[in-house]
Amino acid sequence: MSNALNHSTGYVPHKNGLRLENISKRFVSTAGDDTQLQVLDNVQLDIEPGEFITIVGASGCGKSTLLRLILGLDEDYDGRILLGETPIHGTGLERGIVFQDHRLFPWLTVEQNVAVGLKNAPLSGAQKREAVTEHIKLVGLQDFVASYPHQISGGMAQRVAIARGLVNRPSVLLLDEPFGALDALTRTRLQRELQHIWQHEKITMVHVTHDVDEAVYLGDRVVVMQPNPGRIRRIVDIDLPRPRNRSDARFIALRDDVLSDFAELS
Amino acid sequence: MSALAWTYKVSNKRYRGWVLPILGVAVWWLAANQGWSTSGLLVSPHKVAETAWSQVASGQFWRAISASLARNLSGFFIGTGLGLILGCLLGFSRLFERLVGPSFNTFKQISLFAWIPLISVWFGLGDVAKVVFLSLAALVPVVVNTCDGIRNVPGNLLEVARVYRFTRWQTVIGVMLPAALPSIFTGIYLGLVYSWLATIGAEYLLVSGDGIGNTLIDGSEHFMMDLVLFGMVVIGLVGWALNTLARKVERRIQRLYGITPR
Repeated sequence: MSNALNHSTGYVPHKNGLRLENISKRFVSTAGDDTQLQVLDNVQLDIEPGEFITIVGASGCGKSTLLRLILGLDEDYDGRILLGETPIHGTGLERGIVFQDHRLFPWLTVEQNVAVGLKNAPLSGAQKREAVTEHIKLVGLQDFVASYPHQISGGMAQRVAIARGLVNRPSVLLLDEPFGALDALTRTRLQRELQHIWQHEKITMVHVTHDVDEAVYLGDRVVVMQPNPGRIRRIVDIDLPRPRNRSDARFIALRDDVLSDFAELS
Repeated sequence: MSALAWTYKVSNKRYRGWVLPILGVAVWWLAANQGWSTSGLLVSPHKVAETAWSQVASGQFWRAISASLARNLSGFFIGTGLGLILGCLLGFSRLFERLVGPSFNTFKQISLFAWIPLISVWFGLGDVAKVVFLSLAALVPVVVNTCDGIRNVPGNLLEVARVYRFTRWQTVIGVMLPAALPSIFTGIYLGLVYSWLATIGAEYLLVSGDGIGNTLIDGSEHFMMDLVLFGMVVIGLVGWALNTLARKVERRIQRLYGITPR
């Protein structure tokens, strides 16, 4: 599945680091009482270009909210998010996402769904078609280009979503618990595939998960978040070569180290 | 055919539906033949078939059915067309919904047939009045289902459109309308059903001119039950044909969207 790709579309990816500066967000209760929820409290993070960052935390720690802020779907927060030198405003094609529910359009084929990612991209028709074919091959679904989402499995649909997220070569790809809705076997396989894809595409990835094992397996660094208020507890460097072996002693040690944070909180 | 073969055929699912009607007609024929009732209202199946034949041969049937269908289709298309426009306005524009929505919701509560007196006063009893009535019948379900379909577009798909920087127009055409299509089609399907029902009703209540409903009324006024039954069969057949056509289109749409039929 890891085919050598030629980046022949002539579209140069935009390699800049992602910087989160003093990100805070508060939900004010609409119930009339003055309860406030500090969803995110002074989150600071610097992500290098091409890095694979995993963010792990229990429910309610604000990790998905953080992704939505980076994505630009939510602009109600304090602080700044910078891509390279420029602060972000709203959504942008340079920031892609893979949601937990694949969110493919049911009335479009696999090929057409991937093409949605290029709808407003500054490429010619031929370049777009080529990019779509390339990315469908990247996720190994070239035999299913004409299939509809309801005709393929959940794992396959999520791979289409990954292809769609990558097709316009964003600077950073966000993944919001992309494998959370899949069975364990498919999840393991897709984790490996995601790793291959990342090594080929060399795109910065920010991957949110509640699965510590997945976080340690995939990430260069693991950002551990805690809830109430949502903040970064610590960042763990995963200095292991790839492909990683879950049975490796060092892997297990690192995983247990991260897990210990959660044992304290329960 | 031997008894065994006949029983086998009957047990084949496709033919099961025919057992009751055939038995029914057989009993009916017996009743008429054996004179189980002396009422002049009991006509034999034979007589109905004869009347059917004479209606068709004399061209009366074609006149009647084409008149009814012409009105039905006109009313259906006008009602559906206006309904789609109104439904889209209500669905897409918050302002329009606030201005017109409450009035429309009240208006749609008025039972369809309650409009007949007003319509007959304004438009008389002819074809125009009937088509107005039929348009009304088709309009309401189309508006309601179109508006609902547009309002209920899944928010998570709309977020995808935002992520890929869809313009307002691209979102409407590329996401909202396709997502609303199954619901819009349900509205159109109902419009088709209601406008056919209303076609016969219109011929009863705005009595003038040609139509299969008029054939029925003639028959009943002259106590010609054979004509009445013939009319009923035709009405049933047309309704069935329209329904089957609509169901075929519905199934195609469902297959496209991966909605498995119940």
